[in-house]
Amino acid sequence: MIPLNWFLTLSAVLFLIGMLGFFIKRNIIALLLSVEIMLNAVNLTFVAFSSRNGHVSGQVFVFFVLVVAAAEAAVGLALVIAMFRNRETLNVDRSNLLKW
Amino acid sequence: MIEALFFLFAAMAVGAAINVLVQKHVLYSALSLIVLLVSMSGLFILLNADFLAVINVIVYAGAIMVLFVFVIMLLNLPEDEDGADRMRWLKFLGIPMGLFLLFMILATLWNAGADAGVQAQMPGSPEAIGRSLFTDYLLPFEVTSLLILIALMGAVVFAKKEL
Repeated sequence: MIPLNWFLTLSAVLFLIGMLGFFIKRNIIALLLSVEIMLNAVNLTFVAFSSRNGHVSGQVFVFFVLVVAAAEAAVGLALVIAMFRNRETLNVDRSNLLKW
Repeated sequence: MIEALFFLFAAMAVGAAINVLVQKHVLYSALSLIVLLVSMSGLFILLNADFLAVINVIVYAGAIMVLFVFVIMLLNLPEDEDGADRMRWLKFLGIPMGLFLLFMILATLWNAGADAGVQAQMPGSPEAIGRSLFTDYLLPFEVTSLLILIALMGAVVFAKKEL
């Protein structure tokens, strides 16, 4: 039996790695990938608590997170294509038309 | 034995996640994220969530990551121009703050996990998840279909020739 805290620790570390990537990367696709890492870290927390508490709600919630991740990836990548078509770059620092 | 599997999958997950960040080309980052998803499925199996493990591989690694890789290859990206030199000093502020946040999250989660020692071990079978999904969570399930419809239309509109 693996202690619950191991899963929670792994989940926190993965979340931090994803957040670090979101802050230091400048390529917008890399930012989307970092968001996916963070979503997976949270999914692991949901499943760990669901399994240990014997309640299925956490796993149903992971199901919803999967759906939202799919929708986010579809819309986000469409935005990436539109951005690349208009600006010829994926660097988020270059798309600063609305910046003060 | 189970602990060894846990450490194997955890090392795979953390290594793949770090590899996502250090790769220069974003295509390799996407491929490394697939490794992360597969090891995440292994962890789900260790937690008796078999159905979610399979769904994770099929939906995430099979569908979403194919979308990512497809877009990366469609755009035919130039080499990653490294624009991280702006505000480089923030790194020295960011690392202590990040470690502090990690510490805070860990403190909260460890306290949360302390009293969760029920050990009921209900398997996450498709039947249990489906029953819960179509009774208790029927309204969110239906709203999800609306969300997917809107995302579909949004993706088509955004990716059109003239925006």
